[in-house]
Amino acid sequence: MAIVTPLKTAAEQQLVQQYADSKAELPGGPAVRKLREDAFAGFEAKGLPHRRLESWRYTDLRTLLREARPLADGVAVTAAVKARLDELKLEGLRLVLVDGVFAPELSTLNAIPEGVSVQSLAEALVSAREDLTRILAGPSVGNDDMGLALNTALMRDGVFVAIADGVELEQPIVIVSLASGEEERAVFHRSVVLAGQGAKGSIIEVSEAAGTAAQQINGAIVFETADESEIQHVRLVTRQQGATVEVQSLLATVGAHAKFDSFALVANAGTVRQQHFIRFAGEHSEIGLRGVNLINKTQHSDVTLIVDHEVPHGISRELFKTIAGGESTGVFQGKVIVRPHAQKTDGGMKSNALLLNDGATMFNKPELEIFADDVVCGHGATVAQIDGEQLFYLMARGLPRPQAEALVLQAFAGEAVEFVADENVRELVMAEVESWLKAREAASEVSTV
Amino acid sequence: MAAVQETIDQVKSIDVTEYKYGFVTELEVEKPAKGLTEDTVRYISARKNEPEWMLEWRLDAFRRWKTMTEPTWSRVNYPPIDYQDLYYYAAPKKGASPKSLDEVDPAIVATYEKLGIPLREQEILAGVAPENRVAVDAVFDSVSVVTTFKEELAKAGVIFCSISEAIQEHPELVKKYLATVVPVTDNYFATLNSAVFTDGSFVYVPKGVRCPMELSTYFRINEQNTGQFERTLIIADEGAYVSYLEGCTAPKRDENQLHAAVVELIALDDAEIKYSTVQNWFPGDAEGKGGIYNFVTKRGDCRGKNSKISWTQVETGSAITWKYPSCILRGDGSRGEFYSIAVSNGMQQVDSGTKMLHLGKNTTSKIIAKGIAAGKSDSTYRGMVSAHRKATGARNFTNCDSLLIGDQCGAHTIPYIEAKTATAIFEHEATTSKIGEDQLFYCLQRGLSEEEAVALIVNGFVKEVLQQLPMEFAVEAQKLITISLEGSVG
Repeated sequence: MAIVTPLKTAAEQQLVQQYADSKAELPGGPAVRKLREDAFAGFEAKGLPHRRLESWRYTDLRTLLREARPLADGVAVTAAVKARLDELKLEGLRLVLVDGVFAPELSTLNAIPEGVSVQSLAEALVSAREDLTRILAGPSVGNDDMGLALNTALMRDGVFVAIADGVELEQPIVIVSLASGEEERAVFHRSVVLAGQGAKGSIIEVSEAAGTAAQQINGAIVFETADESEIQHVRLVTRQQGATVEVQSLLATVGAHAKFDSFALVANAGTVRQQHFIRFAGEHSEIGLRGVNLINKTQHSDVTLIVDHEVPHGISRELFKTIAGGESTGVFQGKVIVRPHAQKTDGGMKSNALLLNDGATMFNKPELEIFADDVVCGHGATVAQIDGEQLFYLMARGLPRPQAEALVLQAFAGEAVEFVADENVRELVMAEVESWLKAREAASEVSTV
Repeated sequence: MAAVQETIDQVKSIDVTEYKYGFVTELEVEKPAKGLTEDTVRYISARKNEPEWMLEWRLDAFRRWKTMTEPTWSRVNYPPIDYQDLYYYAAPKKGASPKSLDEVDPAIVATYEKLGIPLREQEILAGVAPENRVAVDAVFDSVSVVTTFKEELAKAGVIFCSISEAIQEHPELVKKYLATVVPVTDNYFATLNSAVFTDGSFVYVPKGVRCPMELSTYFRINEQNTGQFERTLIIADEGAYVSYLEGCTAPKRDENQLHAAVVELIALDDAEIKYSTVQNWFPGDAEGKGGIYNFVTKRGDCRGKNSKISWTQVETGSAITWKYPSCILRGDGSRGEFYSIAVSNGMQQVDSGTKMLHLGKNTTSKIIAKGIAAGKSDSTYRGMVSAHRKATGARNFTNCDSLLIGDQCGAHTIPYIEAKTATAIFEHEATTSKIGEDQLFYCLQRGLSEEEAVALIVNGFVKEVLQQLPMEFAVEAQKLITISLEGSVG
């Protein structure tokens, strides 16, 4: 096997230059600086992830990023950003990042509930909280990922949210990450959410572009949830340019007797790689990872996840639904690891894909890695077309084909959406799904298989 | 229930850690110096009296092999293999090319008798031995010692002989088909095999012929420090059918031995090949000392339309198994099947699975893989199902289940499911669990001992695959599985 020479592409060399130029001004004390240096050294040794790396087999970042765009370094509050924020009808605490930088003036800081503290990540990095370096290092399962390493090295800002012990949020906390999109930029942001013992609530992440220029986005969100907490995370990646490349990492360390759920919707985006690195740190916890990917044209959606059962009595569920039309590509790579002694683990993983027409592609790789015997683990993966019988049933009742298809597809996606616990958020997600389907229906697109 | 009791009795009569086939046959053998150079390749070719083109073909492979590196992606660990510390050829001195069984060294015949492999076709025909009409090609270390029922098969037009003989007698067929499924440079071990392969079976079933009996090869590694590199080529011409069985054993030795085989199957229009393996190489002792490294490339090519290739394997032996019997579904409407039971105990490591590559239209495939891991063993299912853009209507069903016995073993599943055509329907499901406590409880309550109960449940777990095996093999395989799991319960 030929040895791949790292750092040979233009983008890789530009990233090296950008890091050298900006590292002095990137926020953080000595500990954070060391973290950045180590992460970047890892990147320099390995380069951008490419298809010969098992975990990036289907999303070749080295080919996708021909040029590294200049780093975004300030808030550009354009008219488009303002207009989009006005449109977003979201009540409660709204934290806005523009081009990866926290914009307090656009956020509703007066709505911070009792028991919740909010800070920009840059501030937190500078304040040298002792736990932050540990949290930023993330669970060990994601440590060798170069997408994440680049984020660690180059992260500029984000939000740092801490929910105190026993606090139950009445309304979700919304983190809106908008790309101003006037120019092509590279954005590196990271947010951290700490949930105290018994804390409950929802965190919504919205990643959108207000402008028309393609972006290179590398975002990460880190959850550390204490015992008995119940946290819901919902991510919406929508309204983006086809040429935008977005890498989103979700890292979570979940305490004992806790619940952690994450749901992600990808619709009308470009190339999106979502990677989840989830670790059970305490016993008797439940983790649910779900998502819907609506892809079309040449869009590409990759969901790669590792769920690490380090301790006994963990329950994990994964369910991902992909609807792929046009020339689009869907990817699901899931790995459930059950370590020795993690007995009584219950793991179930499922990926379902519907391909709408020839040209669409789906890659599934659901993995199990099990070292304990007293477990119940399973996975299922399917690839198919819209069921002809279902369509026939609906059309026999007078629905035109596009509408009948939309209904079947809505139900298909709905199986995952229904796991979103917060009713308002679930409606928001479903509205996005419906609008995607409406657009398809309006264009009279029908499945050709 | 009687059958289960029989299995239990069978198990009881055998010492727990005793590998039944671990004896050594003392024979005078002929082998070249240890190590692998061009001279070794020339030696092998000369010993087999091969034509010039074959030698060139081997040397090409050898040169390519020298430029390759050993793959490391599989989930197995073993100390580096010193390829210069192996014998690449070992042949019993007497009866290297016997005309009949009488010329074969009686010690070898005795060995096969001890292994329970019938080589004496006269007896079978005369009704002395039980009726068991299976034609056998017996391979002892590097050479095929005897092939039975040749004449009878010839009457039907079926060619069944050792590959060495085929190179002499049917060069046109060998040239036409050899390495067309597994190219010489396919992978490290296949290339090594191409350079130094010694013997194996060759089967050609002509157009429209249904092979009148089961064909079988029995591989035996006897010599110390010897690698066995077998090469099997099976061709089923249009409308033909053949069922082929393969069995293997080796003596108990402290050091590891290498077995790197290449098996190629070719099914033309409307042909069907059924290939069954009961692999029972010495797995090493309880501490993982010794045992066979089984690094095998098996691939079938459904070249013609509506052709079918079916792999069935029962893997109980080998210290390390690295094996992915695959189907290339090239012909429109062709079908590939893979049924597998992989049992691992002690320190065994299994990394096995299959590939179903859908290239033709309306191709179908089915994968049933059952892994049973006990002791400190590791069992990995690694598989790929892919549909090419033009493979419209591709259909696959995959089911891989793992059963864990004991808390120190591991079971892993790594499937790749790649659909590049929207008309594909792929279903994949996998489960991992231990034996259900309620099932055990139910059996124990009805008076079965724990061992009997486990045997019963395991046999139920693998039933789907056992059903695919020819009758005699199925019984043998069932016993093997139970024996392999001995000592893992309680």
